[in-house]
Amino acid sequence: MSETTAKTAMPAEAGTMTAPNYVQAARDAFFTAIVTLGMFVLFVGLETTQNIRNELIIVQRWGLLFTLVAIAAAGRFVLSAWISPALAARKATVAARPVVEGPPSWLRTNWPRIAVVGLFLYPMIIVALVGSQGSLKWVDNFGIQILIYVMLAWGLNIVVGLAGLLDLGYVAFYAVGAYSYALLSQHFGLSFWVLLPLAGILAAFWGIILGFPVLRLRGDYLAIVTLAFGEIIRLVLINWTSVTKGTFGVSGIPKATLFGIPFDASPDGFAAIFGLPLSSAYYKIFLYYLILMLALVTAFVTLRLRRMPIGRAWEALREDEVACRSLGINTTTTKLTAFSLGAMFGGFAGAFFAARQGFVSPESFVFLESAVILAIVVLGGMGSLTGIAIAAAVMVGGTEILRELTFLKQIFGEDFTPELYRMLFFGLAMVIVMIWKPRGFVGSRSPTAFLFERKSVSGSFTKEGHG
Amino acid sequence: MKTVTTTESHILEVEHLSMRFGGLVAVNDLNFSAKRGEITALIGPNGAGKTTVFNCITGFYKPTTGMITVRRLDGREFLLERMADFTITADAKVARTFQNIRLFAGMTVLENLLVAQHNKLMLASGYTVLGLLGFSGYRKASAQSIDLARHWLERAQLVERADDPAGDLPYGAQRRLEIARAMCTEPELLCLDEPAAGLNPRESAALNDLLLGIKKEGTSIMLIEHDMSVVMQISDHVVVLDYGVKISDGSPLEVRNDPKVIAAYLGVDDEAEIDVPQVLSDVLKVEKIAGATIAGSPKVKKPAAKAAAMTAPAKPAAPAKVAAKAPAKATPEKPASKPAPSKPASKPAAAKPAAKAEAPVKAKAAGKPAASAAKPASKPASAPAAKTASVKPPAKKPAPAKAAAPAKSKPAASRPATAKPAPSKGGRK
Repeated sequence: MSETTAKTAMPAEAGTMTAPNYVQAARDAFFTAIVTLGMFVLFVGLETTQNIRNELIIVQRWGLLFTLVAIAAAGRFVLSAWISPALAARKATVAARPVVEGPPSWLRTNWPRIAVVGLFLYPMIIVALVGSQGSLKWVDNFGIQILIYVMLAWGLNIVVGLAGLLDLGYVAFYAVGAYSYALLSQHFGLSFWVLLPLAGILAAFWGIILGFPVLRLRGDYLAIVTLAFGEIIRLVLINWTSVTKGTFGVSGIPKATLFGIPFDASPDGFAAIFGLPLSSAYYKIFLYYLILMLALVTAFVTLRLRRMPIGRAWEALREDEVACRSLGINTTTTKLTAFSLGAMFGGFAGAFFAARQGFVSPESFVFLESAVILAIVVLGGMGSLTGIAIAAAVMVGGTEILRELTFLKQIFGEDFTPELYRMLFFGLAMVIVMIWKPRGFVGSRSPTAFLFERKSVSGSFTKEGHG
Repeated sequence: MKTVTTTESHILEVEHLSMRFGGLVAVNDLNFSAKRGEITALIGPNGAGKTTVFNCITGFYKPTTGMITVRRLDGREFLLERMADFTITADAKVARTFQNIRLFAGMTVLENLLVAQHNKLMLASGYTVLGLLGFSGYRKASAQSIDLARHWLERAQLVERADDPAGDLPYGAQRRLEIARAMCTEPELLCLDEPAAGLNPRESAALNDLLLGIKKEGTSIMLIEHDMSVVMQISDHVVVLDYGVKISDGSPLEVRNDPKVIAAYLGVDDEAEIDVPQVLSDVLKVEKIAGATIAGSPKVKKPAAKAAAMTAPAKPAAPAKVAAKAPAKATPEKPASKPAPSKPASKPAAAKPAAKAEAPVKAKAAGKPAASAAKPASKPASAPAAKTASVKPPAKKPAPAKAAAPAKSKPAASRPATAKPAPSKGGRK
């Protein structure tokens, strides 16, 4: 009996909650209007100014005042009548939703695969849509640029997200990779494919060199020392002019080749061999696939390692270092592997960066880069590859897309250059995301092993690591 | 004190173990051994140095002096004081749990147990390289490790929670999980730091079963515990510490009836005075009238305070002196300030015993009008001391550590009562 009444009462209650209460809304709007009027009547309604004879006069602006009051009242009305009930109703349905969820939809379980396929098709779609010349911008500025950051963030994710070691100098390894490729290819004429692994190895080597003295430190201290290390590398690059040419940078870095086939106008170049018209788009598309492959290798290795003892040890290290040692885990080597592996992927990305730009200078490896990469990792949700990829797309792609928003000039005037505001938007976006999702886009972690079923672990249990 | 014999049956031998933190002697010349296949309990009032001993055994502290030997089943010996903490678990096969649970909260219960098998799996995966390439050896080892984890989950009654985050478990289950995790390192000696803390009687009975099962399977256990129902029921051998000094060692029955132990836990037994009707269960109230009571009490049971103050000289001096001497030696130039911590270390001065001591002394000194209300205990108590050593003004009382030995119990009890928690507690834990 009581159950049935409860059941009937529930929808009724929900109905009253969702049905707009116009009387109440009108009353709210009225009070808002009064308050607005009271606030603005002297500020807006009356304006003191000088007339032509330099006399102080009062100009009445009732029209403007009325507009403001009307806006406030209308806004309040909309809020009370529709928005608040809608939000409350959504909250209620979320709360009333049964706890047991059905099996995730096909889209949900397979969407990483779909995303990868989409990424492979992306250049073709773009070329089909805007032609090979028009695709340059979309493939290069968006595709490659975002994927470089995805790869860097995935590499840093091993250090920060999995092992919980806060590294503020990650860009140093990126620089080591880039300069390794730039200098070795110029001085020894080695090809990209030889130097790519070499750059990774050299970066990993630097990771170990940094790691040995530094990994006894924890938390803030570790962060500061890694920051200093990043700066040291940059300063060496600036000041060791005999090798690095200092701030002039290294230019004329050879391009990458497709297994020996260069992308140029020569008779044995890519275009000539395949009988295609000459275009610089091919090289960009090639680079796009190259960085996509590198990023996917990073993801694959990370996913694989998470399921290996070393990956679990990293995560355990993030959770509790003392407990790790009590279980016989050598925390020093575990940290070093995380550090050097993260550095290695940074080195790969650096070599790619050098090949893509054809020019490297210390300007590309400032602290801001480290901060951006770290921000992507944190925004994405530490440890989550998907979240990080989304964060990279939003952060890097978002700032790139600001360049495209020329219509803003019509609003703010011809002088307005939206690019200049990208850092502002970047910061705002970070603040909003951190309020809305404090653990990043994907805050939960998926366990690496299970007995009965894989339940994701809520972010409220995982720790951020303390160095 | 039992002689420490080096026989094959001992899995762990602790010889002359001392641990100092600056001027504070947390553990002083401790000798004991744990037999293979037994449950050895390490008990003592709070701040007695039990956890410090554990931390020395498991390598989290490097002892100031002393030798800790583990003898494994295959006959290999390990000197733990020379080993890095993680190799103690990995090679010497000594696993531990923590007083404040340290689980990997963000990992599932199963993952916690898999992390514990890290070294084995590392080897099987060819230090990750072979595993990464997908060799079958790792897959087999991985399956085995899950089997082992499942075994321990069953033992700890946690199977149905296997896929939940460890941080989501209730407290008792977290304790059991920590033990299961330690067991997954396949230790020969399991060191448990207060495994029953915070458990209800049913949980602690289940814990007893779990521990007895572990023991039956051949893993020796070292146990720090305040819950006497656990200690008395399951342990084969009990070592009692007080102020870093071993005061008793033997079977649970022997220890329970050892007057020194009773005195250490309850103070000189003036139940009426201290208002402690609960006996052994309330033991945790770490109150010490250390050396003096310890040594003094065997003879003195009822006329406690008076007798302790007067007759204690010979006995109490022993443990007290050792403890007090070391730090005093370390900083001879400032005896007045330094011995302060050393004193409480040796035989302080808990609030309660202080009060307790006061009364009897007062009674004794009743005739003396000199016994002021402000320092009733210290003044009269130092009177006997005055005969053997020149009495310092009350402020410096802690200084004449050795000199005041006989009188120590009293003045220490009364005067530096306030000083006690600060120095002794801090370093000990």
